[in-house]
Amino acid sequence: MATPTMDKVGTDPSASPASPYITVTFRIRRFNPEVSDEAQWQDFQIEIDPKERVLDALHKIKWDVDGTLTFRRSCAHGICGSDAMRINGKNRLACKTLIKDINPEKPITVEAIKGLTVLKDLVVDMDPFFQAYRDVMPFLITKGNEPTRERLQSAEDRERFDDTTKCILCAACTSSCPVFWNDGQYFGPAAIVNAHRFIFDSRDEGGEQRLEILNDRDGVWRCRTTFNCTDACPRGIEVTKAIQEVKRALITRRF
Amino acid sequence: MQIHKYDTVIVGAGGAGMRAAIESTKRSRTAVLTKLYPTRSHTGAAQGGMAAALANVEEDNWEWHTFDTIKGGDYLVDQDAAEILAKEAIDSVLDLEKMGLPFNRTPEGRIDQRRFGGHSRNHGEAPVRRSCYASDRTGHMILQTLYQNCVKEGVEFFNEFYVLDLLLQEDPETGLKKSAGVVAYELATGEIHVFQAKAIIFASGGTGKFFKVTSNAHTLTGDGQAAAWRRGLPLEDMEFFQFHPTGIWRMGILLTEGARGEGGILRNKDGERFMEKYAPVMKDLASRDVVSRSIYTEIREGRGCGPEGDHVYLDLTHLPPEQLDAKLPDITEFARTYLGIEPYTDPIPIQPTAHYAMGGIPTNVEGEVLADNTTVVPGLYAAGEVACVSVHGANRLGTNSLLDINVFGRRSGIAAAEYSAKNDFVELPENPAQMVVDQVERLRNSTGTERVATIRLELQECMDANVMVFRTEQTIKTAVDKIAELRKRYLNVSIQDKGKRFNTDLLEAIELGNLLDLAEVMATSALARKESRGGHYREDYPNRDDVNFMRHTMAYREVADDGTESIRLDYKPVVQTRYQPMERKY
Repeated sequence: MATPTMDKVGTDPSASPASPYITVTFRIRRFNPEVSDEAQWQDFQIEIDPKERVLDALHKIKWDVDGTLTFRRSCAHGICGSDAMRINGKNRLACKTLIKDINPEKPITVEAIKGLTVLKDLVVDMDPFFQAYRDVMPFLITKGNEPTRERLQSAEDRERFDDTTKCILCAACTSSCPVFWNDGQYFGPAAIVNAHRFIFDSRDEGGEQRLEILNDRDGVWRCRTTFNCTDACPRGIEVTKAIQEVKRALITRRF
Repeated sequence: MQIHKYDTVIVGAGGAGMRAAIESTKRSRTAVLTKLYPTRSHTGAAQGGMAAALANVEEDNWEWHTFDTIKGGDYLVDQDAAEILAKEAIDSVLDLEKMGLPFNRTPEGRIDQRRFGGHSRNHGEAPVRRSCYASDRTGHMILQTLYQNCVKEGVEFFNEFYVLDLLLQEDPETGLKKSAGVVAYELATGEIHVFQAKAIIFASGGTGKFFKVTSNAHTLTGDGQAAAWRRGLPLEDMEFFQFHPTGIWRMGILLTEGARGEGGILRNKDGERFMEKYAPVMKDLASRDVVSRSIYTEIREGRGCGPEGDHVYLDLTHLPPEQLDAKLPDITEFARTYLGIEPYTDPIPIQPTAHYAMGGIPTNVEGEVLADNTTVVPGLYAAGEVACVSVHGANRLGTNSLLDINVFGRRSGIAAAEYSAKNDFVELPENPAQMVVDQVERLRNSTGTERVATIRLELQECMDANVMVFRTEQTIKTAVDKIAELRKRYLNVSIQDKGKRFNTDLLEAIELGNLLDLAEVMATSALARKESRGGHYREDYPNRDDVNFMRHTMAYREVADDGTESIRLDYKPVVQTRYQPMERKY
């Protein structure tokens, strides 16, 4: 068995000297209707270790410079889904984006995700997003009597929908979708991902109902396969593929 | 100010709160108040699994699980509660599966199980596969599944409502307290809401943010514990805090014990598998307190890794990449994202990270909150990390917290709804929102010179330095003094955001006040416990002292006539049924 010893230290980031702080400009889209009806860009220059997260930079600004800067966050490591935002024009989680990875030489732009109403700074109204989620019946539907033990499911059947169980409902996909930007009635990728998670679960018996919901004019057929959602997903879910699989299930009625 | 009336109000929408809500919504008109959105709760960060003696992959039974829980908790566990936990674990897991939780499966299609720290076959003979898991995102799947079932049951949520006060009414004759409602601050508008309820369940989670290196979310600020504390309710066993052995070095992000359950090994700078020295049988799967102390012993004796020798390695390089991809995809991705390390080929630098509060609001096994050692507060319940039943005693076993929230979330949900069906509303006190209004206005109008972030950082650094894995009389006293100083300075804190809309500046200030109060309770409780037990290790008293300290700490807030606050410590006997305390060896 290979035993890692001191020779591994060369590849260990903890072995290199602490990297120097650099000066980074954050250009943040500010909006507070209590102050002004107009949104505007504001620049903040801070000293920060580029190995830190964008969320760390936002905290530094809020805690040391301007306490009115407002954003949502909780877990700070990409699991809770609170801090999806548009960073350098791309939807990402602030807590999963390291500053060094997004060219800190130039100003880093940070703005709220698109397609949902901005309420203050980086905070958007999440209610329409969660409503679309609830509309696809995102829960296991079964018929008949419950078994006394667990329902059996083969490892292959479990694997069939593994990808879409990773969703953290951060809205990065839905708010990167051009169709959703133009038509807020569209269910959007996240809701379809969560429908997929049940449609392809061998234990579920509500697939037909969910497919009918998604066959609606605001359903899966609005998807133009631009792959923005797949690019945006911080959990690496193949969102576009999941949507395609739902479309195929609607045509073949096989899932 | 708005007043709402519900039969049952649940504070918090993590695992315990939502498990309770599923039960109570079926039985009573229920509102769930959460300072986040339900799916943002920190239950979602739990990784490795949920313990239950299903015996799907090898022989196991709930009695062994009970024993492991009691031993893991260094015999401070209430044994009647541990028995309930282990016995009801089996149905709890099966319930979740029936609700749709996508557990990993065995070749036969049953729920798969894996090894975890402190869980053993036949009272410590060897590790046993007891953790039911869904990849390394079991907490995420539990949180999602419970939310999905809340949607199905039509649970009514008030999202981004911060509960800042608990309303109690005291019987003028008997002096007994009854719960009447809670006061909440609505983040979106700054409006204050009073929720009158026949039954209230606190399920608001932990308080880990008073440490700097922690696996806890920014939002885990002990709001429920603090609200109860300020209204004169006791807090139990607050000195017992768990330090998880494997946090990402310096960041504290959790890397599941499941990594060691899958065969991962801890190594020092010489590549030595040092846990063999400290726990010859269970090795890397000894209980968390034992492993965390062993790591710091290696570091202190100069065998830590890196130029500063301040961490050790979690080595997964001998495991097949397919196994890492299938069983540990999230934590290997964390190592890549945050450290730039490839776990297939390189060991991951780790250090212990502040993880879990064993102590909290004392309850009995129905989830009813206690006002002292025996008296129940009618209508008030608590479940999950905010509560202390006590099933975790001095040290919680891994996978027992996801279990705790399901077993005691369910129990408290049923008990609270049954209580509200049989009882009437308790009248609200006069000006029910006054304390919250005063608190909010004082902060909004303050022109003080202290900053929230500065005080919080000083608190966190003080806690890391003085009341972490190793403690002495001197370090704890240093912490007590520093916290007292910070509490004084906190009175002079001001905020920059004076607005009503999404004022997170204001709420961070309030959260800091909660952390300061609870840090003081923790340090004061730790100072008085002159022994070492579980997560509380005193270098000046390195042995467990069953003669003097086989008892729960009960801390009470006392306010003198002149307004001076102090903490009074009392003790509560441990419930022992069939297990006599033994020396704890792994």
